[in-house]
Amino acid sequence: MRDPLLLVLACAAGTYVWRALGVAVAGRLDPNGEVFTWMACVALAMVAGLVSRMLIEPVGVLATTSLGVRLAATACGLVVYFVMTRRNLLAGVLTGCVVIAFLQSLS
Amino acid sequence: MDEPTINYQTPRAALAAGAREAVGAPLAVLAAGYVGYGALASGFDFPLHVIVASSLLIWALPGQLIMLEMHAVSAQLVLIILAVSLSASRFLPMTTVLMALMRNPRYSSWQMYASAQLIAMTCWVAAVNRCPQVPAEQRLPYFVGFALVCWLGSTAASVVGYFAAGAMSELVKLALVFMNPIYFLLILAGETRAASGRLALVAGAVAGPVAYALAPQWSVLAAGFVGGTAAYALHRWSRRA
Repeated sequence: MRDPLLLVLACAAGTYVWRALGVAVAGRLDPNGEVFTWMACVALAMVAGLVSRMLIEPVGVLATTSLGVRLAATACGLVVYFVMTRRNLLAGVLTGCVVIAFLQSLS
Repeated sequence: MDEPTINYQTPRAALAAGAREAVGAPLAVLAAGYVGYGALASGFDFPLHVIVASSLLIWALPGQLIMLEMHAVSAQLVLIILAVSLSASRFLPMTTVLMALMRNPRYSSWQMYASAQLIAMTCWVAAVNRCPQVPAEQRLPYFVGFALVCWLGSTAASVVGYFAAGAMSELVKLALVFMNPIYFLLILAGETRAASGRLALVAGAVAGPVAYALAPQWSVLAAGFVGGTAAYALHRWSRRA
């Protein structure tokens, strides 16, 4: 049986490496330059890729739901946020969560 | 770049303003996600001190969830670390972009390296959008105020989840875990103003699942690099045309 604390420390180190590299690179980056714009695109594409993967191909408890259920709940959250409430985050997020729990309880 | 339009007067006031702005939707949603995380972790027999350490030291929910899932199926230690670390590769461009905006002669490099530990998706989106509107020396304190509230609040929430796990049905855990991707989606889609950034979001959202199908471990890196570069190229090309 491995020590879970050791596992956490190793994962923390594996995560912090990227943060530290980012600080080191930032020292040489001009926030008005083209490289900065490209970096910002890469950062946004990475988080968007991660989020869409979490919605389309989740692991763990979310994987017990069907793709249709997840997409329906996502769509409801988007509609409430952008269309019905003038970008009320809490309303959009809560709608998505209530809808996914409701749809899952039916299936 | 935009001229500063919000002036908190002093760095201390900027820190307080950041902390105040975190209390509300950002903290509520993060905390809910971490309650779900704490509940899952207690289900996998992680002791409380390990759960607290993981939230404070890893501070990246997708990575923490990968760690739990892989540990639960007794994956090899090296493979878990590799998977968690690769999923965290997003912190390289995220940190670079944010630190380039927050850099100021007033702040030493150890302060920058310490602040980097606080970066996570929610705080990053908030700070990247706020920074251009705020005088340079107030940006780092604003971020630190915002992120500290999220970091400590989420860690406390994972403790709550640990103790509340028994009282939560699978449906509640499901709803709590779903809170994070839907929240990230809404803040990214709602708060990204730059045309190049919007292109990057779409490109990344398409590239993410495709890359995941081809090479799961490398998907974050590959989708970000390919999607981001394609969006940047498209943006340059459309500006010239």
